[in-house]
Amino acid sequence: MTSETALQAGFSLKRCLLDAIFAGLVALIVFGPIVGVLLDGYSFNFNGQRLVAIIAAVMIGRFLLSAFLTTATGERFLSRFETDNSGVYVRPPEYKSRMRWIIPLVIALAICFPFVATKYVLTVAILGLIYVLLGLGLNIVVGLAGLLDLGYVAFYAIGAYGLALGYQYLGLGFWSMLPLSALMAAAAGALLGFPVLRMHGDYLAIVTLGFGEIIRLVLNNWLTFTGGPNGISAPAPTLFGLEFGRRAKEEGGVPFHEFFNLTYDPNLKFIFIYSILVLVVLVVLYIKHRLTRMPIGRAWEALREDEIACRSMGLNHVLVKLSAFTLGASTAGIAGVFFATYQGFVNPTSFTFFESALILAIVVLGGMGSTIGVVLAAFVLTVTPELLRSFAEYRVLLFGMLMVVMMIWRPRGLIRINRSGFKVRKGVAP
Amino acid sequence: MDAFFLQQLINGLTLGSVYGLIAIGYTMVYGIIGMINFAHGEVYMISAYLCAIGLALLSFFGLHSFPLLILGTLVFTIVVTGVYGWTIERIAYKPLRNSTRLAPLISAIGMSLILQNYAQISQGPRQQGIPTMLDGVFRFHIGDGFVQITYTKVFILIASFAGMLLLTWIIGNTRLGRMCRAVQQDRKMASILGINADRIISIVFVIGASMAGLAGVLITMNYGTFDFYAGFIIGIKAFTAAVLGGIGSLPGAMLGGLILGIAEAQFSGMVNSDYKDVFSFGLLVVILIFRPQGLLGRPVVAKV
Repeated sequence: MTSETALQAGFSLKRCLLDAIFAGLVALIVFGPIVGVLLDGYSFNFNGQRLVAIIAAVMIGRFLLSAFLTTATGERFLSRFETDNSGVYVRPPEYKSRMRWIIPLVIALAICFPFVATKYVLTVAILGLIYVLLGLGLNIVVGLAGLLDLGYVAFYAIGAYGLALGYQYLGLGFWSMLPLSALMAAAAGALLGFPVLRMHGDYLAIVTLGFGEIIRLVLNNWLTFTGGPNGISAPAPTLFGLEFGRRAKEEGGVPFHEFFNLTYDPNLKFIFIYSILVLVVLVVLYIKHRLTRMPIGRAWEALREDEIACRSMGLNHVLVKLSAFTLGASTAGIAGVFFATYQGFVNPTSFTFFESALILAIVVLGGMGSTIGVVLAAFVLTVTPELLRSFAEYRVLLFGMLMVVMMIWRPRGLIRINRSGFKVRKGVAP
Repeated sequence: MDAFFLQQLINGLTLGSVYGLIAIGYTMVYGIIGMINFAHGEVYMISAYLCAIGLALLSFFGLHSFPLLILGTLVFTIVVTGVYGWTIERIAYKPLRNSTRLAPLISAIGMSLILQNYAQISQGPRQQGIPTMLDGVFRFHIGDGFVQITYTKVFILIASFAGMLLLTWIIGNTRLGRMCRAVQQDRKMASILGINADRIISIVFVIGASMAGLAGVLITMNYGTFDFYAGFIIGIKAFTAAVLGGIGSLPGAMLGGLILGIAEAQFSGMVNSDYKDVFSFGLLVVILIFRPQGLLGRPVVAKV
């Protein structure tokens, strides 16, 4: 078999071997110095074993990939990659969603959950729900409106520090800060967004990234106001003035368990946070669900797909983008308040760029614009690291790979946005 | 002019010339495929590690004279970082050529997380360092104070300007440079005229990464220490420099780098060094609001 016919027939051992050797060479140059030579002060140690293992993995992987892609199955696999640019999948008009059954089931599960969960499981669930909130907020900005916000964590920080600082300096509690933080975050979003949203999309990403860093650096450096890197404590939530601690902290305060003559349970605070959080998430989910069907939601998606077309149709692109930006920001503010009250303490290390990237990964994995996808992805990405504690070192690496692979494989996420189709009614002009 | 101001000016000039070198990578990539290469800062970070490793290896093999040592390290770092640039482009950006607008950006963020964590896992999270290679200092008395210029700073200025000049010559006068400019102006037309646009894009990534490699060696020589997180801040600052000069414009990147470096050094000298990063980011926001096309750039007109 000559090489030409081999190309037509598909599989060619020589070609695959050449690919593998080339990949191995590149891997040797790329990984050789960094993986193979371990710096130790001004001298170094060789670490050949690790290097050989990685290069072998790369070569075998490349060989198998080349071999696989030339077979018929591989070609079909390649053609399945999403290359079309259509944003939404429109369902047939008769389609009935199974969500009618799933949603009540999930809500029932969420209500029963705290009665069986241990404290640890409860805290993980709270963290998951906070990320659901963050994911939903960023999903409006990135998924629906198509604005890449890399400083999303800044609004989260504003919410969290809003509660802590509001309590410290103004004596405001959880309930007054919940709406106030949302407003503050929204105001910050509008303040940043108004001048910035007029510019080209990619610039927005870098400006928001800069903004996120500015907020973090200010929180870190303004020692007299924010406590600097040491952080600041945040109050626990109360129910009509009843506290959830063993003893009342405030003068004249009554702990919850004494008021109702219950035995003290340290889980009570978390159960309470969990219940409010579930309620808030449900409300946000509902609002978002409605918004995507309203003119403003349609305008977001239209703007994401083609800005020039939208502007020629008379949409005010700055206002449309600004609404998405502020709504997303206020959701992050609410999430921040919950985070602060759940931790009882905030410091700047919770608001690094990695956090922004994690929330972005949630949106990307879940499917940009898809609500269910984001909820699932938020739980997967926050619960999995808890299960895989021994891989904690590789967490960031896995997130990075996930983002790259998802973009190549399915740039619109695992679950695509779909929208119910409508049949033309009888007697209505088409 | 007092000595303190002059001292900060010189510090800013060295810092700025290095920002300019990194900004070249951003500006060339943006000019040719219109995407922000977020992983570029991490390429610089990798090159700092490569510099230390190259030095350690060369000293191990018995090279001790400064010119040979620095030349060897430079060649080693620039070549390997170039291969990094090529690999990153091949893995994370090439499959996304015809994808949605956000896809390459997100993929680049993923790549930058990968590189950061990769350096952390393979070399350990602690700070690394290199020994001082060039001892000695020029000292000028001005008024009642004096200005110090270390030999290292002189070397940095010479090397970075040499790098920039070489690149300007390559882009302006060689066949490769003409092809780069053609692809930048109109990729489709360039392909029709027989230029392999994909290869040119790869080459641009390699050039950008090599410049970051040069910058990595120079900054590491100046500061002596680095860690796996070093690329993030410097990456954003270099991007600020690229935007300041006008993204897509090669002289703009160098000019922007110098201006940013000087402004930052003056700010940290005169006002507050804790907030110097805040100042740079604030500057970025202000430039993008008032002059998004930068100093030397042309405003982008969207064609339908």
